[in-house]
Amino acid sequence: MGDLADLTILDAGDGLRAGDFSSADLLEAVTRRASVTEAHLHAYLTLDHEGAAQAAEAADASFAKGEDRGLLQGIPIALKDNMCTRGIETTASSRILDGWKPPYDATVVTRLREAGAVITGKTNLDEFAMGSSTENSAYGPTRNPWNTDKVPGGSSGGSAVTTAVGSAFGSLGSDTGGSVRQPAALTGVVGMKPTYGVVSRYGLIAFASSLDQIGPFSRSVADSVAMLDVISGFDPRDATSINAPVPNFGGSLDRGVAGLKIGVVTEFMGEGIDPQVITATRAMADRLAGAGAEVVEATLPSVEYALSAYYLIAPAECSSNLARFDGIRFGHRTQVEGTTEEMMAHTRAEGFGPEVIRRILLGTYALSAGYYDAFYGQAQKVRTLVRNDFTAAYGHVDVLISPTTPTTAFSVGEKAADPIAMYYSDLCTIPSNLAGDPAISVPIGLDDAGLPVGFQVMAPSLGEEVMYQVAAEVERLAGFTERALLATSTVVAP
Amino acid sequence: MDESSTRVGTIAAMPVDIDIAKVARLARLALSDEELEMYGAQLGDILEHAERVQSLPTEGVAPTSHPLPMVNAFREDVARESLEPASFLSEAPDVKDGQFRVPRILG
Repeated sequence: MGDLADLTILDAGDGLRAGDFSSADLLEAVTRRASVTEAHLHAYLTLDHEGAAQAAEAADASFAKGEDRGLLQGIPIALKDNMCTRGIETTASSRILDGWKPPYDATVVTRLREAGAVITGKTNLDEFAMGSSTENSAYGPTRNPWNTDKVPGGSSGGSAVTTAVGSAFGSLGSDTGGSVRQPAALTGVVGMKPTYGVVSRYGLIAFASSLDQIGPFSRSVADSVAMLDVISGFDPRDATSINAPVPNFGGSLDRGVAGLKIGVVTEFMGEGIDPQVITATRAMADRLAGAGAEVVEATLPSVEYALSAYYLIAPAECSSNLARFDGIRFGHRTQVEGTTEEMMAHTRAEGFGPEVIRRILLGTYALSAGYYDAFYGQAQKVRTLVRNDFTAAYGHVDVLISPTTPTTAFSVGEKAADPIAMYYSDLCTIPSNLAGDPAISVPIGLDDAGLPVGFQVMAPSLGEEVMYQVAAEVERLAGFTERALLATSTVVAP
Repeated sequence: MDESSTRVGTIAAMPVDIDIAKVARLARLALSDEELEMYGAQLGDILEHAERVQSLPTEGVAPTSHPLPMVNAFREDVARESLEPASFLSEAPDVKDGQFRVPRILG
């Protein structure tokens, strides 16, 4: 048997229950892995050695007493550093929150703790989740384990990498325009964005509140279900949480795709998408047809405007949400002397990085008197058209499929100077956020450069069960078992 | 890169009307003249792209502000524990007598 750090959550759970190893052993395995990979990748901002050791010990004590709180008990899990953890530094990768220790846990953190999960630490992200490469972090970039000259995607790049290399068994990210699915695609893991409202946003540092959803990274589709089962469900602390019993997310994992109708999104299979990515996506669509699905073309005519609409809506909401960082109640305060208003303005200019400042300015402009209707108002109407396109498509197909990203991992620095080129890497993921629908990325192979290709399955609102059903078949058909060089136990420094 | 140079070219032809200093003031961001110039140019670039949304006919289309049909979320009016003030005051930059302290309000 290989290293424990390479097991899936479900296999690790079987071993825990069989007494083959302990939660402390699993924690030691991921900690040892991190000690090798971190110098090359910088996926973690904070490792909570003490808290994790205590949680592992508690999980082992539970197993010894025959207490079993479910599939995550004793499993080491990493968290994106925009989720509040009581007493553990939470920075959102921003200088403005340097050293901040939240006085409370986010609901997802509470749920993980109650399920007996072991929280390893906090992972790197693009500052306040704004970015697609994890280069916009005040604490330095995260690298891609398949090739350290490449970005891991973002904004949840740190979380994606921990799961990809085995410095955690799974991890949580947040997805506002693709920030879970895009880095999952670029690092060869499974990444999922739930239906808006399925997972509580309480304690998630807000970026764009009508788009943000927390979702899991995992090394298998079944692991993704196990994680979503724990973190989902109504939360009275989040007014946008859906107050209804959660669906049976994993109920159809083994059913295959026979009899399902699957639509290939025409708009994401042509211009602007790398030919190798299109070829791999088309090949998988054909294999789904071979497995008994009816595969048809589907069109979302308004999605070509989705990116533009998103880059008005998300900055507008961010400019409002980030007003709270004013140097008064938490985080950084400037040393510049002046009035309170001057203090705020200097604190914010010192504390925020360039991409965050750019989006705050853009959002402030788009919401300002005289421009509101032309920009924000019009973007909201485009959002309606995108939703209508999805509704129409789901009138005749069960799920939609597409590439997750237009290209495989791009080079560090390649798009850093061109914000719009960076924004284009979320082309295929943004529409699901605008619609509020669930979507998942599953790795299906490697391109000529040896970089992973992600395959996206989208489903209607609360359609996680059929989404996972198709994703599981994609996983079986792809048989993607390759691991990044930096995920192997015998790591050679690049 | 051809595409982005074309894009820069079209911006000069289609100036977007931005008073960037005013926007920065509204956003409470104390930026230098050089920063204002840089962000102003980048915003022009992004907004030129965003103007595409205006080319889509949306007459009679209702705006979507949120993916869910939002209704007021009520809870039972019962007392519950809240955070101990010390737990968050200890994280504030400046505190006096159990309250957040700020610099003078008037210039």
